Amino acid sequence: MHIPDGFVNAGVSAAAGVVSAGGIGYSLYKAKETLSEKLAPMAGLVAAFIFAVQMLNFPVAAGTSGHLLGGCLAAILVGPWAGAVAVAVVLLVQALLFADGGLTALGLNVLNMALIAGWGGYAIFRAIRAFLPANRGSIVAASGIAGMLSVVLASIGFVVEYAIGGNGGASVGTVFAAMVGTHFLIGIGEGIITALTVGVVLSVRPDMVYGAQDLVPSLELREGSAVAGGS
Amino acid sequence: MTANRTNTWAIIVGGMLVALVLAFFVSRYASSSPDGLEKVAQDQGFIDTATEHATAESPLADYGVEGIDDEGLSTGLSGIIGVVVTFGIGVLIFAIFSNRKRPTDGEGDAAAAVTSSGPAS
Repeated sequence: MHIPDGFVNAGVSAAAGVVSAGGIGYSLYKAKETLSEKLAPMAGLVAAFIFAVQMLNFPVAAGTSGHLLGGCLAAILVGPWAGAVAVAVVLLVQALLFADGGLTALGLNVLNMALIAGWGGYAIFRAIRAFLPANRGSIVAASGIAGMLSVVLASIGFVVEYAIGGNGGASVGTVFAAMVGTHFLIGIGEGIITALTVGVVLSVRPDMVYGAQDLVPSLELREGSAVAGGS
Repeated sequence: MTANRTNTWAIIVGGMLVALVLAFFVSRYASSSPDGLEKVAQDQGFIDTATEHATAESPLADYGVEGIDDEGLSTGLSGIIGVVVTFGIGVLIFAIFSNRKRPTDGEGDAAAAVTSSGPAS
């Protein structure tokens, strides 16, 4: 999903860069308000974890592989604002050090993987949760489905960018069908990894899953304040 | 009553160990087939519009460490460097862009309790 330089023309790449800079700037501003200090190292861990898992390409069809995008996972774990920043950090490190994802295409990649997959995936996660009972099973299920659809959303993001400023003259219709079809399959892998990871963190520290904040029982909090008061 | 809470730092250390193991050991078994976008670009005939990467000369380009011939080791080491660098930049950014304000009211007590629940060891 990392777009190299050249697939999309300079103008559209630059426009995506402006949009992404705005989106990440706003995310930083919101993270400053919403990310509690105790979750700050957790957000760094989420970025590091996504970098590692993005290296693990899994086969999806004959001669094709895919890997985690992580935008939706990051948003569920540390919130859509810190989550988008975490993925942007991963993309920046990949483009600068590992020659993965073009430099002029960085804005396109941040737009697709950090903002569209992250915010879009989180919106889907919230929407699915509204129809399910408030328990851990629902959160894991919603994470999986949202993770899967976030990849399809990101692939549509590329198709739109290609439609506006793509090079090479491929038909937008066939690019759309091929991108969505392939990324539906990759999305299944994304959904499984997203659900598994959220499930593990939920079982260890449910209070560290931003998208499950409403589940942390108030009883536990009261217990906590009793400890604080007593010590 | 705090026993069921795993210390935040234990989570960070445990999570980093998982990330490092994935990046070092598991990365060598990753599929080397083109990813979804590359495959579509090949099939639809626009793969050649990609230009040389500006950092193609980076010693870590394409997830390898320049000069290390063992492919698995080269990939693994580049992965460790990537995980550590990403974590470092992430922690730095989020240390600046997180909420340091002392929380107030009941919420504050709870947050304070969480902070004090796991003594760093």
